[in-house]
This record gives sequence, C-alpha cells and structure tokens, in this order.
Amino acid sequence: MGLVLLIIIWLITFASTYFFIAKTWWLPAGASAAAAGIDHHFTTTFILMGIVFVAAQVSLGALVWIYRDRGSSSSKVTYSHGNTKLEIVWTLLTTILFVGLNLMSSSIWASERFRPAEVDAVRVEVTGMQFAWYFRYPGPDGKFGATNPELEDASAGGEAALGLDTKDGASKDDVVTGTMVVPVNREIEVILRAHDVIHSFFIPTMRFKQDAVPGLAIHMHFTPIQTGDYEILCAELCGLGHYKMHGMLRVVSQEEFDKWLAAREAEKQ
Amino acid sequence: MATHEFAAQESHAHAAPQGFVRKWVFSLDHKVIGLQYYFLALAAVFVGMFLSLLMRIHLIWPTLALPLLGDIKPETYLTLVTMHGTIMVFFVLTTAPQGGFGNYFLPIQIGAPDMAFPVLNMLSFWTTLLGFIVMIAAFFVAGGAPLHGWTGYAPLSAIQSTGPGEGLGADLWIISIAIFCIGALMGALNFITTTLDMRAKGMTMMRLPLTVWAWFVTAILGLLAFGVLLSAGILLLMDRNLGTSFFVPLVTINGQLTGHKGGSPLLWQHLFWFFGHPEVYIAILPAMGMCSQLLSVFSRKPIFGYKAMVYAILGIGFLGFMVWGHHMFMSGMSPYTAFAFSIMTMGIGVPSAIKTFNWLGTLMRGRIRFTSPMLFAIGFVSLFVSGGISGPFLAQPVLDIQLHDTYFVPAHFHLIMGVASIFGIFAATYYWFPKMFGRMMNESMARWHFWFSFIGTYAIFMPMHYLGMAGMPRRYSQLTEVTYLHGLIPLQKFITYAAFVTIAGQLIFLVNLFWSMFKGKQASDNPWEATTLEWTTATPPPHDNFGGHTPVVHNGPYEYSVPGAPRDYVMQSDPEIGPAH
Repeated sequence: MGLVLLIIIWLITFASTYFFIAKTWWLPAGASAAAAGIDHHFTTTFILMGIVFVAAQVSLGALVWIYRDRGSSSSKVTYSHGNTKLEIVWTLLTTILFVGLNLMSSSIWASERFRPAEVDAVRVEVTGMQFAWYFRYPGPDGKFGATNPELEDASAGGEAALGLDTKDGASKDDVVTGTMVVPVNREIEVILRAHDVIHSFFIPTMRFKQDAVPGLAIHMHFTPIQTGDYEILCAELCGLGHYKMHGMLRVVSQEEFDKWLAAREAEKQ
Repeated sequence: MATHEFAAQESHAHAAPQGFVRKWVFSLDHKVIGLQYYFLALAAVFVGMFLSLLMRIHLIWPTLALPLLGDIKPETYLTLVTMHGTIMVFFVLTTAPQGGFGNYFLPIQIGAPDMAFPVLNMLSFWTTLLGFIVMIAAFFVAGGAPLHGWTGYAPLSAIQSTGPGEGLGADLWIISIAIFCIGALMGALNFITTTLDMRAKGMTMMRLPLTVWAWFVTAILGLLAFGVLLSAGILLLMDRNLGTSFFVPLVTINGQLTGHKGGSPLLWQHLFWFFGHPEVYIAILPAMGMCSQLLSVFSRKPIFGYKAMVYAILGIGFLGFMVWGHHMFMSGMSPYTAFAFSIMTMGIGVPSAIKTFNWLGTLMRGRIRFTSPMLFAIGFVSLFVSGGISGPFLAQPVLDIQLHDTYFVPAHFHLIMGVASIFGIFAATYYWFPKMFGRMMNESMARWHFWFSFIGTYAIFMPMHYLGMAGMPRRYSQLTEVTYLHGLIPLQKFITYAAFVTIAGQLIFLVNLFWSMFKGKQASDNPWEATTLEWTTATPPPHDNFGGHTPVVHNGPYEYSVPGAPRDYVMQSDPEIGPAH
C-alpha cells in the first residue's frame, strides 16, 4: 500500500507540474505595459511555489513508503515529541519566503493602483449594466456631460441607456459607443461606473480587472502596447446574462483613433 | 491550567432517557445530537453534490434537458451554483466536523459526561435543521432559488427585480442562513464552555488531543464570525423588504429607479467576508486536528511538535480575522488596504506551513499502518499542500488582478476548504465508526472509496487552475459567448468526466456506511490501539460516557512507542509514564 501511495502521489504531482511547465494552458499573451512585470512576478511565484509543492508531495510519498509497517522487520520507531530548533528554522524560512514574495510584488501593485492616471491620458468612461458595457468619450471639450438616472432608457442603448442629459452643454460632444476604441502606447484612464449591480471590467490580455460598483466612480489606468482586437468580459456575477456580458477593445494607432473619434463626432451633429 | 469542577459536572448530568422520542429525536445526549448533525450533513452533501453534477453536465452539454429540471436556463445554472455553495459551506463543512464529530467526541475526549448545556445543544441542532429545511424550500417557491452566488453580493441580492430567484427565494435563503447562524452561535458557546469547564482531572490544556484544540478554536471563530453574518443578513433582509438602503446606493434596474439611495455595496462585502474568511478555518481546522491525531495514531509515534501545533491552530484562528480583505482586492476598496491584507494573508501561510512540516515529521521514522482512516489523513496532507500552494498566488493583489473571479479561485478553495475538509470528515468517519456503531467499516470498500476520491478530486480540481490562468471566469453558464474560451472546452469536458467517476465512487461510501452499521465486523473497545479517552470506554459509549466512573488523566494524548512501556501505546488514563517523557 505504501508503494501504491508513493506512485499515485508522485504521478499526480508530476502530471500536474508538467502541464504548468509545458504551459499547455497559460496566461493569455499580454498586450499592455504592465503585463511583462505582472507575468514575470507570476513566473517567480510559480517557480518558488512549484518547488515547495513538488518537494512536499515527493517527501510525503517517500515517507509513507519508507516508514510503512513491515511487521517484525520494521526498524524501531523513534520516540520523539519534535524538535524546537527545526520548528524555528522552518517558521523563519516560510516567513521570509512568503513576506519576501509579497514585498517583491508591491512595487508593481503601487505603480498600477497608487498613482492617478497621467494628465494627458485618454479618458474613457466605462459603464456596466445588465448585461452590456457602454463606453463614453468626453469629446473636444474634454468634459463629460451630466447624466440623470431618470432619463435612462436601457432598451434604447447608447446615450439613452446612460441617461445622458442633452440639455447640459458638456454633453453635446460626448460620444457613446458599444466598442472601446483606444490609441496604442497611450495611457488610458478608465472611469468605471455601474448602474444596477456590481460588474467587473476584465480584459485578460491587458492584465486589467476592476469591479464596477454602483454609486462609485473608480478611476483606473492601463497602457496598451499592441494594436489589435481584445475581448472584454464581466468577471463579477451580475445576474442571468453574466456569461454574455461581452465587449471588445480595439487598440489602433493614434492617427486611426483620431479619425475614428472625429467620425463619431460628425455622426452626432 | 485549571482542571474541572466535579460539582459543575454533576449539575449537568441528566438521567438516561426512556422512550424513542426522548432518546433519538429530542435527545439531550451529545452523542445522539452528534449523530443527528452527522446525518443532516450526509443528506446535505448528497444534495450539494447532485447540484454540482447538474452544473458539470450543463457546462459541457448546454442544450441538454435534464431530468426534473428540463432545459437549463442561465438563471437555473446560477441557482445551482448558489445553492451548491451555500449548502456545502453551511450544512456540510460547518455541520459535520464541528456539529457532528465535535459534539460526539469532544466531551468524551476530555472525560466529561455530556456538553455543558445539553438543552442548548439540542436546540442548536433543531435550529440548524430548520435552517436546512428553509434553504431547501427556496427551490420550491415562485421564481425558485436565488442566483446571487453563495456570497450574495449586494445590490444583486438586495433588490427583488435584479433577476429570477431574487424574490421570495432570496428571502428564504437569507432567513435560512440567519437561522443557521443562531444555531451555530448556541453550539459555539457550548463547545467553549465545555472545553474550559468540563475537563476531567489531569486533563490540562496541554494534554488535550489536537482534535479538541481544533474544535475549541473553531468554536471561538464561530462565536465571533456568525454574529456578524447574522447582523448582515438582517440588514440585507431589511434592504429587500423594508426599503432601507444599507447596501444599496442609487441604482436603476433596467432603467427603472428603485427608490434606494446612499448605501454601500462594499459594506456587505466587508461584513460578509469578516465572517467568510474565518469560515474557511471553521471548515478546515477540525480536519487539521483530525489529521494530526490520525497521523500520530497510525504512525505509532507522538505527534511531531505538539506545542507548535497548538500555537499554529491559535495563530491561524487569530490571523483568520485579519485577512478578509483579500477577497476584495478588485472590489474598489482602497489599494493601500489591499497591501496590508496581502501581508497578513501571506502571514497566515506560515502556521499552515508549520503544520505541514509537523505532519511530515510525524510520519518520519514511524511505523505506518495503512488503515482507511490513515489513507484519508495522508490524502488530506497531500490535498492541503496542493490547495494551499495556490494561496500565495491569490494573496498577492498583483497576481489577483488576473486570477480573481476565474476558475483558479474555485480550484484553490475546493482543494483546501472543500476536498481537504471532506477528507477530514471521511477520515473521522472511518476512524470513529467503530466507537459510534460498535462495528468496523469494510476496509476494501473503504480503500476503493479512497482511490476514487483521491485521484478523482485531483482530476477535477487541478485542471481548474489551468482554466483560471487561461482566463476562464467562474459562474459562466455558457462558454460559447467568448471566443477565447472555446479552446478551453475540452478541458471542461475532462473535468465533467472526472466528476462522474468521483461521484460514482462516493456511492461506495454510502453503501459501506449503511452496510457496516448492520453487517460490519464487531468492533472491540479500542480497535486502533489509540490513546485518547474515547477508547477507554465501552463501544458504543453508555449514556454518561464512562459508565458511572470519571476518568483521571495522567498522560499526554500521543504517547506511542514509549521506550520501556509494555505495549506500543500508553493511554491518557494509564499511570503516568514519568517525567523523563
């Protein structure tokens, strides 16, 4: 029985580890400025935890086999209540490992979340509602117009769904879209809102996730570094249509972005 | 350390009941109440498992109509998710290890004739059962059971119009949890008082079996955590029905104003997780205590580092109250607090690692007997390591950006809080069955059950890590709407097939349990040659546990292979083995 346990525990360990190392399934390729740092720290954590995982499982398998009851030929059991020195050693080692890992990653977290977006960032307001994402650009005046919950008409979509107050001067040039278009290599400031329940704005390739909470306007930022189309998901359970609360992020050149935004403005007039 | 007061103990003693109802239904006997809790959890676990089976089937065959349910609509799937989680967490993982085994064995292991408050004990069981009935009733009301997940995040859970199931079903869900909290609070008081006041002479705190330490600390966690959840539940109920706005700001549902304003959705999350994280330890601590006990018994060796184990249990209990914010890194909470919660969370890994080292140290240089309880204890260590190792990923906010709300999270908590705890329950069942029913369970069925469960659960939950890393969000009823998820569907299929096999394996357990109750081999009083007090008394134990006499304790709980002793174990009530040991 000891040998069977050893074989099964080792097999499970090596098979699981293989798929991690072979990267058969891995993080989707990153396309934002933050991705490299996050992925690097993921790999560091993965290697350190992987070593602990394999070491612990391999020892467990080996110990149950080596110290199985072999009847009369068993070696004598060592009568011991433990070893204080060893306890102190492994307490210190795990403390250093765990806290050290944490401190290593804190600078990335700080650069993502402790500072506001740069002044010249491209501003996009993202609003989640059951079960769609809407994106609003402030237009040439750089100001988002007022919205009013009483004006909301979810079934009409677009500006009406956001409850845009057309009487407000600042709202005249606001552009509302169902696809998020942004220029490459510019910092994007995202202002996250939700109308009804909590949603979570998740763009896996940008290593970006943040809940959109009713009652709050959460300011975040990210910098796409590759043009292309990327999927946006909702990551927080928001009701029966959660699975299909899907959107697209289109990252284009600055020139294309300007042209696209101008065309949307023209449509509005 | 204070030993118990005889006077106090006698005042709690009650005469053996006559008649079926007093003996088996409204019983004051902690052993009967323990069995009642156990069978409640057994019923609940099969309900919970059945729901998960339906989820797995729907995920890979989304158009397939299911028996009883017909076509699975997206909201039906979310109902399954919600009720699976809620039933498993409350009525299985909290109920079986603490209410079941804790009730049955804590008094016997400390040498007491019963719990400190037998009437309160009976009430706590009946309250819990009522909670379960109300929970199940949620399936059958108009609109069905709620779809807001076991975490019940507001405003989704706080407004009736956010989706089907958020009407009466959601009210019943909250009421059920509130009732459960009341039962759990009564139980916690009883456990704490019993452990502090009812220990036999000589049973100092540092001679308590680690199982008792685990139940004791679990009870303290329960006392502090369930009160908060109860209050939060009442506030939520008021938001839903009385027009208050504790958790709801100004929101519109489908463009319609709801009349709420000024509340905070994050407040619910803080209150919920202030309960929710200690709850993880409420589920796992008794399994840790159980596993420590069994590794020592079946390695025929004292537990490695008894004191370190006690301090680790206390450390986990203490730190368990300071880490709730790690569930909220992406919630909109201040990123500075995320940093603090992250450090504390990494810190809680330390006592967990100490325990793992000590388990391995206990096996080393022992003489291991591969009984069925031992197999599950070894399986527990393996699963605890596998489930624990993903913790440091999720505990770092930077990595949580990608992993939060993906399958990586259910992979992590199922292995450590679900499966590892269930392995603790299985180990306890195989270990104590002879004491509870006077018969042994069938060993070969038990082994098959172990292999199905051990390999099966790894096959289910290990691939969920891969899904999570690849970006598959949890709680999606269909995987076809997002293009990049299509490539991951084969892995989902594999998981469902593994679930079929694993669930089939659980039927072996069920058969073995009931077959052995009536047909199992007669058990002796101490079939495992173990040292703790429950093995000194008759099988099954008499009404007052020790048949009129009160045990006196002279030794620690894990004296195996003591040099010079006549046999390879010295019982706690045997004459003292001397200061040298």
